[in-house]
Amino acid sequence: MTVVEKAVAKLQRELGESVLSVEEFRGQTSVTLDHEAIVNACQMLRDDAELDFNFLAALTAVDYWPSEPRFKIVYQLYSLANKEFIGLRAQLSNESPEISTIESIYPNANWHEREVFDMFGVTFRDHSDQRRIIMPYDWEGHPLRKDYPLGYEEVQFTFNFDEIDKRKPYAKK
Amino acid sequence: MLEKNLEITVDELRHLVSDRALEGETMLLNMGPQHPSTHGVLRLLLELDGERIITCVPDIGFLHTGIEKSMETKAYEKVLVMTDRMDYLNNLGNNLCYCLAVEKLVDLDVPERAMAIRVLLVELQRIASHLVFLATHGLDTGAMSIFLYCFREREVILDIFEMCSGARMMTSFFRPGGLWRDVPDGFEETVRSFIEYFPKRIKQYEDLLTKNPIYTHRTKGIGAISSEEALKWGLSGPQLRATGLAWDLRKSNPYSGYERYDFDIPVGLNGDTYDRYTVRIGEMRQSLRIVEQVLDTLPGGPVRSDNRKFVPPPRSELSHSMEAVIHHFKLWTDGFPAPKGSVFVAIESARGELGCYLEGDGGPKPYRVHFRTPSFATLQTLPMLCKDHLVADVVAIISSLDPVLGDSDR
Repeated sequence: MTVVEKAVAKLQRELGESVLSVEEFRGQTSVTLDHEAIVNACQMLRDDAELDFNFLAALTAVDYWPSEPRFKIVYQLYSLANKEFIGLRAQLSNESPEISTIESIYPNANWHEREVFDMFGVTFRDHSDQRRIIMPYDWEGHPLRKDYPLGYEEVQFTFNFDEIDKRKPYAKK
Repeated sequence: MLEKNLEITVDELRHLVSDRALEGETMLLNMGPQHPSTHGVLRLLLELDGERIITCVPDIGFLHTGIEKSMETKAYEKVLVMTDRMDYLNNLGNNLCYCLAVEKLVDLDVPERAMAIRVLLVELQRIASHLVFLATHGLDTGAMSIFLYCFREREVILDIFEMCSGARMMTSFFRPGGLWRDVPDGFEETVRSFIEYFPKRIKQYEDLLTKNPIYTHRTKGIGAISSEEALKWGLSGPQLRATGLAWDLRKSNPYSGYERYDFDIPVGLNGDTYDRYTVRIGEMRQSLRIVEQVLDTLPGGPVRSDNRKFVPPPRSELSHSMEAVIHHFKLWTDGFPAPKGSVFVAIESARGELGCYLEGDGGPKPYRVHFRTPSFATLQTLPMLCKDHLVADVVAIISSLDPVLGDSDR
């Protein structure tokens, strides 16, 4: 039994119905969890001496608009001792895109969660510093959402400078 | 609107700086984004008590180009070109990470020769990237001449890249399924001559810095971090190895045939700025070892997979094979479809763990591409590393972390 199999078995045993599905694709395992259980699951995987998933390798999100549940939060954990990756997934609906932060378990989730908040508008409960990180702080909308158009900014030349300037968000009064 | 926004910035920062700053006892200093020592467009808000740093708040995003969003609108093969633009000192590493992810997603095999050449070029890229680190780090700690020497040697490596791909930096040389083309004649001799003279250069750099008291005083014990803390904060690569933990994805989870080559993992002791420097010097030597081994064992054969569903046929086939014309046309108009599903691939870039999360939806364009970039993770630790040091040390610490802002902002 590999470490990843043990981890999946442990999650299924301890969390029961919160484990929604287990997928294996190209030799990589990902466990879809109820979004309420994510903190528990991370805690379990990190603190178990045998599993020892002590490194949060990546944290991001995917938007499935217009289908529901709309968001999928992606966690990739790594175990240095066992040299294995495991993926955790949590699904969120469009009405309440909110999930608990895992900052208390993996402190480096701080910036990754800020990025997800910035790009997808998913809020993280109890996050210590939930601000935009990449977009300007007065930016409207969340760019990586699928209903956010891939726009462009018109180049301002002397002849159309004022005209474009009027349409810029900061010029609105 | 403008006034209201200004008000927000003060409010937003209230929980980040100490109470003394709000009473005016300490000084708030803005460093960057146009400061030459912040290595790009990194902005730091420093709270100072005299020269001592109480709080450091990094502000990134000035080089955000929406690459992840743009990638969702391009076919798999075309996305590759954008990966060069993220970490502009580690272009081939980015190419490799993305190609491995696509190959994993569509389950595509790569010929042996392509794998070996990939390893060779990525290791040369690692040396080039570390040379830029050494150059700018030296400059920031007051050693001007090393800057010129390092850029001289880097130019030789960039010439090798130009020889292969036609571009010095934006190479786009690796493609899903192999390489764009085979390496040209004279490639092996050029690399061999580089391997021959470069060790002497490394020794020169070390003569300039390693025991130089001005340099050691500025770097020893500065910005130290323990292994446990480093792991908790997601540090990887040379920054983590400087703390004494020998974790290298090339060893622990080998990709692209790294398991065939023999090399060591240089580690530090204290995890301070000086150790990060020695680890990178050691890594340059190890990279040279790998390059030499690859050259000695370079297999022959094709450099592109012959799976025509994913890799376009060579031009020579187009004149006599109808099937080749069809494949060529389909691949360059539609692109290839990738199955529904997601993969995560991580490689050891020059800066640390570079991860690519790639999700396909059955169509020819990726549904979601996310890059877990090492610079993003390292910059997050900056407040901790800078705490209680002097303003001049911040400069040394930033350069020792070797962040690339294109990498962190994407």
